[in-house]
Amino acid sequence: MRPLPELTPENTAFWTGGAQGRLMIAFCGACRHAIHPPQLVCPECWNEAIEFKPVSGTGTVYSHTVNHQPWAPDMAVPFALAVVDVDGAPGVRVTAEVVGADPESVAIGQTMRVTFANIDDIWFPQWEPAP
Amino acid sequence: MTMSAAITGVGMSDIGRKTGRPAMIHLAEAARRALDCAGLTRDDIDGICTYPGKADNSPGMSPLGTGEVRNALGLKTRWHSAVPDGPAQMAPIMVAAMAVATGQARHVLCFRALTESSSQTATRRASIPGAGRARLGGWYSYLVPANAMSASNWAGWMATRYCHEFGMTREHLGMVATGQRAFAQHNPSAVMQAPLTMEDYLGARMISSPLGLFDCDVPIDGACVVIVSAADAARDCARTPLTIEALGSALGSQETWDQRADLTTMGAHDACADLWSRTDMKPADVDVLALYDGFSIFVPYWLEAFGFCGHGEAKDFIADGHIGPGGRFPVNTGGGQLSGGRLHGFGLLHEACTQLWGQGGGRQVADAKTAVCGMGGGFIAGAMLLRRD
Ligand SMILES: [Zn+2]
Repeated sequence: MRPLPELTPENTAFWTGGAQGRLMIAFCGACRHAIHPPQLVCPECWNEAIEFKPVSGTGTVYSHTVNHQPWAPDMAVPFALAVVDVDGAPGVRVTAEVVGADPESVAIGQTMRVTFANIDDIWFPQWEPAP
Repeated sequence: MTMSAAITGVGMSDIGRKTGRPAMIHLAEAARRALDCAGLTRDDIDGICTYPGKADNSPGMSPLGTGEVRNALGLKTRWHSAVPDGPAQMAPIMVAAMAVATGQARHVLCFRALTESSSQTATRRASIPGAGRARLGGWYSYLVPANAMSASNWAGWMATRYCHEFGMTREHLGMVATGQRAFAQHNPSAVMQAPLTMEDYLGARMISSPLGLFDCDVPIDGACVVIVSAADAARDCARTPLTIEALGSALGSQETWDQRADLTTMGAHDACADLWSRTDMKPADVDVLALYDGFSIFVPYWLEAFGFCGHGEAKDFIADGHIGPGGRFPVNTGGGQLSGGRLHGFGLLHEACTQLWGQGGGRQVADAKTAVCGMGGGFIAGAMLLRRD
């Protein structure tokens, strides 16, 4: 089984927002800076009032790779990974496991939308081509 | 401005794959060779430093800390440190330079020891952070749980973006791999010495596109020691000291592999700009290049970061033959990590020093007097400029 992230005060909203079908991104309550990975303090202005807000759940592929090597015994290959610029959160990228697409079909500039896979207490954002 | 520190000796153990030799045996062998190289004895060593310290983030990644090495080698030191967070694997050499420059020590034994080849198993692969753990924290908790487990994935998406923007192809990366293999054929300690053709390179299996098997470095067992000495103490040593002309450690982006605004650059670009701001020397003054090649794609990034060519120009620079055997700016003349084995940058620095001391044998660069060394990939980067006066 894949390793899971440890839930912490700064990241819980990100990893569990999928339970409500929402991609939750951290924003600074003072300067509105989008923060990813989420932090307890705004790296722009050091304000501690961090707010998680749902974003639309769409984004654009900045780059991608197709992994062919099984790094763990139960890893099914090949699969695509994408680095996605998240809509509504300027400067935020997520590393995305791509589902619902031929791995070789993923392309820079492609529009993706988030979906979630639940394992234990984590809702993994996964990304598929937007219709 | 010159730092008052120099490299006075280097030593490498008999590295290999699945050596079955404990890390400490590799370390002792490397230390013995480094002392012989420097003309020093154990009792001259009054400082010790390593990256990252004893750590089990991934199998065999760092089996030895300074405490165990001090104990095993019977060192009595005035200064010791390990640097898990710093400018790449170069960090211990950088802080050692600062230690001797501030009088904390005269001769610092800097080491890197790995047993990644012997330690990895099917369930705990080398260089997979957090391998075998149930829960992860830190920057890689945003990568590994998304199945982006390997640095080959992270370097893979950098390479995809770079190729997209600048038209680099697999053949350009193949020139890096085959060129370094050609050097390795003149390096008896390289772990991969068989000839490597472009056909071999292109025909090898894909690991994480566009990176294939020969774009990835080779996990090994081994140790390397670099002795950093104070400028006045260096004059007591057997060889011409290799003066550390400048260091560069700057980092302007987050410590992650995916958030840097322009992933056709990396931490190296910040570190190298910092380095050149600290010296009057220029890239054109450099004879030998030691550039971190955990993956082949890092070589064009480092070439551009150091300013040997412009942003996006590395593919032509490589295709024009500048970096291989006989080139004006030879890169990784011992075969690098792609063919020599992964000593996490220390092996690259070992080779640069070997060249500056004129002991490169069949791969010697004529009258090499200056070298750059860049260690790290992604956000991790440290840069050094060495000169033999
Ligand atoms: Zn703020």
